[in-house]
Amino acid sequence: MQTWSLVSICVLLSIIARWGVSLNSYSGAGKPPMFGDYEAQRHWQEVTYNLPIQEWYFNTTNNDLNYWGLDYPPLTAYHSWICAYLAKTINPEWVELHKSRGYESTQHKLFMRTTVLVADLLIYIPAVVLYCLYLTDGSSKKKVSVMFCFLLYPGLILIDYGHFQYNGVSLGFALWGILALGLGWDVLGSMAFSLALNYKQMELYHALPFFCYLLGKCIKTGLMGRGLFLLVRVGVTVLATFALCWLPFLAEPSQAMQVVRRIFPVARGLFEDKVANTWCSLNTLIKIRSILSGDSQLYLSLACTLLAVLPSCIRLLTKPTFWHFKLALVNSSLAFFLFSFQVHEKSILLAALPACLLLNDLPLMALWFLQASTFSMLPLFLKDGLLVPYIVTSLGFLFFSIYLLSALDHCSEDKLRLGAYNKLFCWVLKMDLAFIVRWKFYISIAAMVGLSIAAAVLIAPPHLPDLFPVLISTTAFLHFLGTFIHFNVVQFSEPPSRKSQKKSN
Amino acid sequence: SRPTVMAADSCSWFSALAVGVSLLKCFFISAYRSTDFEVHRNWLAITHSLPVSRWYYENTSEWTLDYPPLFAWFEFGLSQVARSFDANMLQVENLNYASPATVLFQRLSVIVTDVVFIYAARECCRCVREPKGSRDILSQPSFVLAVLLLWNFGLLLVDHIHFQYNGFLFGFLLLSVAKHLQSQHLQGALLFAFLLNLKHIYLYVAPAYGVYLLRSYCFTQDNKDGSIRWSSFSLLRLLALGAIVTSVCALSFGPFIAMGQLPQVLSRLFPFKRGLCHAYWAPNIWALYNVLDKTLAVLGVRLKLLEEAELPLASMTGGLVQEFEHSVLPSVTPAVTLVCTLLSILPAAASIWLRPRGARGFLRCLLLCALGSFMFGWHVHEKAILIAILPLSILAVENREDAGIFLILTTTGHYSLFPLLFTAPLLPFKVALMLMFSIFSFTYQCSYYLDTLKYFTFSILEVVFPLSPWQQRLPFLPLLVTSVYCAMGVCYAFLRLYASLLLQREDKPKLL
Repeated sequence: MQTWSLVSICVLLSIIARWGVSLNSYSGAGKPPMFGDYEAQRHWQEVTYNLPIQEWYFNTTNNDLNYWGLDYPPLTAYHSWICAYLAKTINPEWVELHKSRGYESTQHKLFMRTTVLVADLLIYIPAVVLYCLYLTDGSSKKKVSVMFCFLLYPGLILIDYGHFQYNGVSLGFALWGILALGLGWDVLGSMAFSLALNYKQMELYHALPFFCYLLGKCIKTGLMGRGLFLLVRVGVTVLATFALCWLPFLAEPSQAMQVVRRIFPVARGLFEDKVANTWCSLNTLIKIRSILSGDSQLYLSLACTLLAVLPSCIRLLTKPTFWHFKLALVNSSLAFFLFSFQVHEKSILLAALPACLLLNDLPLMALWFLQASTFSMLPLFLKDGLLVPYIVTSLGFLFFSIYLLSALDHCSEDKLRLGAYNKLFCWVLKMDLAFIVRWKFYISIAAMVGLSIAAAVLIAPPHLPDLFPVLISTTAFLHFLGTFIHFNVVQFSEPPSRKSQKKSN
Repeated sequence: SRPTVMAADSCSWFSALAVGVSLLKCFFISAYRSTDFEVHRNWLAITHSLPVSRWYYENTSEWTLDYPPLFAWFEFGLSQVARSFDANMLQVENLNYASPATVLFQRLSVIVTDVVFIYAARECCRCVREPKGSRDILSQPSFVLAVLLLWNFGLLLVDHIHFQYNGFLFGFLLLSVAKHLQSQHLQGALLFAFLLNLKHIYLYVAPAYGVYLLRSYCFTQDNKDGSIRWSSFSLLRLLALGAIVTSVCALSFGPFIAMGQLPQVLSRLFPFKRGLCHAYWAPNIWALYNVLDKTLAVLGVRLKLLEEAELPLASMTGGLVQEFEHSVLPSVTPAVTLVCTLLSILPAAASIWLRPRGARGFLRCLLLCALGSFMFGWHVHEKAILIAILPLSILAVENREDAGIFLILTTTGHYSLFPLLFTAPLLPFKVALMLMFSIFSFTYQCSYYLDTLKYFTFSILEVVFPLSPWQQRLPFLPLLVTSVYCAMGVCYAFLRLYASLLLQREDKPKLL
């Protein structure tokens, strides 16, 4: 069969999967007074359509910031405006100021789900297809298999089409940026990434690798010649993109400041809810939130994040190749997730995207991490009533990645790319590395399955009401920490040689 | 016939296809369900809560039990599992009860019972003739057949969205066909007897079985020129077949005959009070007949040949399921449809009697019986087209000409199923599944023009028409157009299949 037909069939299958998930419930369904993220998006459509631009981020009589105030950068607001315009033409009740609060109906749900699908079709899915066809190695069947598994990643589908968000847009723009940098179009890549940053500020997790890669490239091509020219062009593009997105808010400094204050709320604490990062997991042993003051918490997390991020970024700066860029993206986003301030569980998607890029090179580790990331969001899915889609998409993803990518066959030292470090492991353990890795994988999957069943079926004892969320987040944290260390080790070992690449095809 | 050997690592791709489609089916759990969901819930309740003597008399709900007894026992078995999901669904009085646990249970029961279909598909893939020389796995006939059977678009729509147990039933049919292709005729007969007692619609294809088994199994040898050798008649074989069929029927109907309820059961199974056509016309001859009648009536009134007052009111396009009369052309009675059906399948049956062509000839005759009954039968449902489409897949992967017919039949047959699923959230599913199927068949057989026509019709009917002013005055028009368009396709496929049966010399197909 020709590649284009295989690609179309896979894309259509992923669309069916997405739409199948969207038939289920969304966050905050039928739960007044605050509802959930779905109502937040609807409210932003209401606010952006009915109010003038100067009032969008301010607390006015018409715009109560306590009820889902806008806390994403301007591009989200513009997107909401476009959706609101369409909503108004179909049914004005959906975005009527004040009166449409808590509006829920099957038609409205269909409309909102369609907006997510359209955004995905326009931005995320084409980026994935192009990336897999042009920037992965292997036969065309291998490329299509990678693309299929990439599109089937459950975490993004469940959050965007279940819980309800527009992560596909920001991750899609980031992916376009990565794609462009991979093809050598640095200016376009930086423009795409700036758009991603202006859609969701969490893309800052990816900012350091982009910066270090481009800077490293400039230095390599000579800081006094073409490198400087590239640096200037990239800088100008980034500034121009930002200026264009923030144009309405640059008229008055107070406007811009208010937007910044809304998108970076530093008044909150080290973490909220149960999230699979260091601080929350540490909190189970030492009550860190009560020991340290607010300011020292901020400095501590800043210091730890910087320490975690620096090794990978400096390595990228010295060796600005695409392979190191991909690894740095994973490492940087994981470092931010594990050590940063006010991290939400959905931020793991920012680490999941670069991991999907590694599905071709390091299939087992990538799919292991991706499965763990989906598992870490299980408490959220249970709250939204998305248990059945979670089970179906996770099973599908696991089965097809293992089958199509032959993940369990690629466990040898060579394939894991650990380089010189695997000798350390073998000396310590005196066993075959592939054997250890495979069994660790099986045990980990069994643990995740067991905990999922327990969390879905059993009721926590009354003196430990958060037992299952805590267990889930701690297990996920251990997986993330392990992945973080592993990918850092891979980044510091030698890149794959030509010979071993030919063998793997 | 010689069973072929599959490639060594063939099992892995088959399991991948099976697992993939089963997971896909889980995505439809929360989708639209038709009244058939309530029908089966009611049957679960009846078989669980009431004694056997009341099963065929119960009519609290309008959806009375109208499948043969073995299916009732199947529902009884399911109801034992249903108890652990939600016991409330098993109360007969709980009409239209649809708690999340009920929906989950019923949907999962369809997905799980499809394992019969998956097994049958595997057996069929084993019987397919492989061309010489190793090829890419994606071009092997067994792979294509597995996709066409397991991922059959029509079956997914009807079973997993609309809600029925056709996968389970077709599993028996395909398994029976596979057994015949493997020359295990007694097993095939047993499976078919079982199937008849599960759903009596398969009486449509019983003549094919009867003629084939009598001719090719009971007469053990043929003369050199292929004609019948009367001396080789084996009474033992005939008795074996008879014993199998009667024992299965006794198992199924026995209790009801003992209770003297046979007339009641038969009246439930064959409700002739319904009209010639369903509310939505199946794409058969009578749809074309109705359109002709309506056109003549309208023309007659325009040309002042008829009085408008003479015409019967509220014709069949009213969308109701009752008996009506035709305006201009003579009305059609059940007897007429029976005669037409028998006449249409007679040449096929005669053909395999006079010149048997082995199991594949039998399969062709089966298809013609199914299509003939679909074309001329009384109160045919459009879902019955699947009885023709699924077995045709087996022939389609072996023979280029059959592939062409298959394409026409599936395109129109599947498209005729669309009106069953009319709610807006289902539109992306319909479009995506249709595109996937088109791309797949386009890669293997070029059918560019037919597909273009189909998409054109689809976009007009689903997108343009609802927004046009005619929507109010003629709400039935899209369904009518769909019926007529599909009826023409089905008729054409029927004629071509007949031609291929009657004109075929011997059992040597041209491979793809």
